[in-house]
Amino acid sequence: MKRHLVLRVVAKLLIPMILLFGLYVQFHGDYGPGGGFQAGVIFAAGIILYGLIFGLDMVQRVVPTGVVRLLIAGGVLLYAGVGVISMLNGSTYLDYDVLADDPVHGQHLGILLIEFGVGMTVASVMIGIFYGFAGRGQR
Amino acid sequence: MFEPGLYNYWIVVFLMMTGFFVVISRGNLVKKIVGLNIFQTSVFLLYITMGKVDEGTAPILDDRFTAYSNPLPHVLILTAIVVGVATSALGLALVVRIREAYGTVEEDEIAKADEEDAET
Amino acid sequence: MMSGIYSLLTAGVFVELDAVDVAFTEAAVGAGITTILMLGTLSLTTHKERVPTKPRSLRLLPLGVVVVTGIALIYGTLDMYHFGDPNSPVNTHVAPRYIQESGSEVGVPNIVTSVLASYRGYDTLGEVTVIFTAGIGVLVLLGAGRRKRRGGSDS
Repeated sequence: MKRHLVLRVVAKLLIPMILLFGLYVQFHGDYGPGGGFQAGVIFAAGIILYGLIFGLDMVQRVVPTGVVRLLIAGGVLLYAGVGVISMLNGSTYLDYDVLADDPVHGQHLGILLIEFGVGMTVASVMIGIFYGFAGRGQR
Repeated sequence: MFEPGLYNYWIVVFLMMTGFFVVISRGNLVKKIVGLNIFQTSVFLLYITMGKVDEGTAPILDDRFTAYSNPLPHVLILTAIVVGVATSALGLALVVRIREAYGTVEEDEIAKADEEDAET
Repeated sequence: MMSGIYSLLTAGVFVELDAVDVAFTEAAVGAGITTILMLGTLSLTTHKERVPTKPRSLRLLPLGVVVVTGIALIYGTLDMYHFGDPNSPVNTHVAPRYIQESGSEVGVPNIVTSVLASYRGYDTLGEVTVIFTAGIGVLVLLGAGRRKRRGGSDS
């Protein structure tokens, strides 16, 4: 397909950087602005850009619908699971002090895990919404 | 009576009333959802302007600053923005299905179609 | 397109108000997702709005309601604290405790993340559940974009 050549080339350059930036924002949410919500939206924007330029079939080969459904539920489960692990370690629900030997390290670990869960759910919900609207237009 | 320190609330009220007007005066369902989005943005502005402290800076701990803006409204609005877009998407999905079922997105045509269905 | 510009302006206002995390989110969400959503909906429904045919007096009623509500709201804001006042109840109740104790209790420089994930972690769980529900609602209403159907039935 020779159509939209400029768009395809520029997108191929930009999309990996967008996805990388999303991952950076996810894991550096402790030290600067960022965190799970922003990272999820940026990551989803990268995938949606791919879907807009290369078509719904191609993007559904990269991120299949079953994976999207799994990730939507998986993020919430990860978040709730961290709380249950805190309870199993002898403290109250979602108390991160008991996740490691040192309370401050426990807090760091807990925040990292739940932000990752939040990022997974937000990204897959945005991609799922895009699949829903784009898929409907082809019926 | 017109204090200069209150103008941020008036901007919020103006945006809120614009969104409210769009919701109640238009019959097109898509425009109603756009009006709700404007309303949502005005509420975000209300909370964020209430959290700002004069001479404060962004709430990230650093040795160079002592006064920080209030982080609590930021937390609430952060999640509210993403939740707002998810619920707007749900509303627009409903509008798309309504269009497929009734053939229109104007609310009075939908009400008329429902009355005709009730009569038959 | 206008909604994209509107979101960008709002993000700029947020940065000016020291709310960098919120500006980040608003820019990402507004410029990326909302534009796609609106374009998708407009392409799936009609492009033009029908010209309103209601008589003039009925169209003045919403305007009257809006003006009365606006005046009542402005009257309500006359008692509020000034913009940026460090002594308002918002800034003196529980926020100073978060700002002072966050460094030693949680050890993370970004106070917004520590409040979001640690001090108010339970609320964030609820927010994620709301996003989850909206997501599966959209997937149920619109299908998930499968193009190959087996036997022509929705499973």
